[in-house]
Amino acid sequence: MGLQNTSYVYSIILALLFAISAGLIGSFSLMKRMLLAGDVVSHLALPGLGIALLLGINPLLGATATLMFGTVAIWDIQRQTGLATENIIGVVFAASLAIGACVTPKEDLVDALFGNFAPITLLSFLAGIVAVLFITLSLFRLKHGLVMTLFSEDLAIVTGVKLDAQNLYFLFLFSLTVLVGLRFMGTLLAASLIILPAAIARRFTNKMGNFFYDSSLISLACIIGGLIVTHWVFPKYGLGPITVLLASAAFMASVFSKRS
Amino acid sequence: MESSSISFPASSSLTTETRVLLSVKDLSVKFGEREVIHGLSCELRRGETLAVIGSNGSGKTVFLRALLGLLSCSGTIRWDESVTIGYVPQRVSLDRELPLRARDLLDAKARFLKYPRREIDHVAEVIGLSKALLDAPVSELSGGQFQKVLIAFALLGHPSVLLFDEPTTSLDGFSERQLYELLRKLKHLQHTSLIWVTHDLGIVSAYASRVLYLNPTGSRFGMPQDLLGEDVIEQLRSEPHHALGGR
Repeated sequence: MGLQNTSYVYSIILALLFAISAGLIGSFSLMKRMLLAGDVVSHLALPGLGIALLLGINPLLGATATLMFGTVAIWDIQRQTGLATENIIGVVFAASLAIGACVTPKEDLVDALFGNFAPITLLSFLAGIVAVLFITLSLFRLKHGLVMTLFSEDLAIVTGVKLDAQNLYFLFLFSLTVLVGLRFMGTLLAASLIILPAAIARRFTNKMGNFFYDSSLISLACIIGGLIVTHWVFPKYGLGPITVLLASAAFMASVFSKRS
Repeated sequence: MESSSISFPASSSLTTETRVLLSVKDLSVKFGEREVIHGLSCELRRGETLAVIGSNGSGKTVFLRALLGLLSCSGTIRWDESVTIGYVPQRVSLDRELPLRARDLLDAKARFLKYPRREIDHVAEVIGLSKALLDAPVSELSGGQFQKVLIAFALLGHPSVLLFDEPTTSLDGFSERQLYELLRKLKHLQHTSLIWVTHDLGIVSAYASRVLYLNPTGSRFGMPQDLLGEDVIEQLRSEPHHALGGR
């Protein structure tokens, strides 16, 4: 296997692992009613990507910096001011897109927004694997506190859950998931694979364990479908848009199948 | 917290029977300019039942939330270090459409605090929650059934102090009597202490060893026979929620 092919295999494996962690974090996000809030978090990466491209450094480093800084800023503003989530989201969404559009070189803007399935280095692959493992293990560790919080924040606090720390940790995991998927899906679409599979899975189960499992499987199926379609059917189109189209079609199918 | 302190000091030299589990001194809670609780002091000893009574808006729920550290307040709230707390809130605004079952809540607490999971079935049995109810989606539980889940959640892990905020509001008569019987047993067998917000003066006279009466003009703390005088009963009689019948 040539070096180029090996790098593609790295990309495929990482895309599949991203899908699994996206499904998991999506199911928790849906229950916490923060799917759209999370979607906006992904846009925080755009200014960082743009600045890194301008400076000629690794775009993911720039994306990581603004994503993590923005995540902490949102958490802190909300904690200190008690502002409604949608107020902060509205401002962050608009400002991030505007800054990103200004600083990102025109020729790179489409890839930054919609992703580009390209070979990756062994180092990027290993970093991605570590991130996915960290996300998955952290979610299982946080699960019990998160479940109590879903029932009642007060009950969770009285039981010993550190609510502020838990919220920040969860936002951080969400941002990390976005970061792993950024290269494949772009800043505009990365969170779609977190949102759509969870929304589909919710239509078919009332049990929390099944919900996590189904959400991850659907996410995995969508990205496998996206890889197949972009490789053999529509090679001109990017993995991000095709995967999101497949996931959207699956959601519509779930709506109509349940109705019928 | 504003200028309050909530602490868990070292054990005192008091015997277990007389050990003070909770000491509240000069507690005040303000929402903006409105002071809901002013200069409140009281205490709770092991095995005691403290009934918190008062008219609507007098700060009963606020008092419980302050004890739990869920509100900013000033004054001193001192819990004994041995205390473990079980809490039943007045209501929980749960999204019933979530894919959750009652067992998920109890399981989460058991795993979070590393209690054996067999305790879940034991507590459920004691409180009268069948396995079918434990495994039913929360969307299918009635208000009373969900209230039982919250009570089971509070009882899980054998807490030494239970804080109940009008826990029988959604319960039917049978379940209500079952709960009182259970609490009586817990008190006798495990010396569980109880802080109970209630509108039912029958319950107060039957179960309470201390009473905290919250009133806009000031709070009063004492023994039921000393505190439940004509003036207090007269003031509470005007409240539509108060049941004055004995039990």
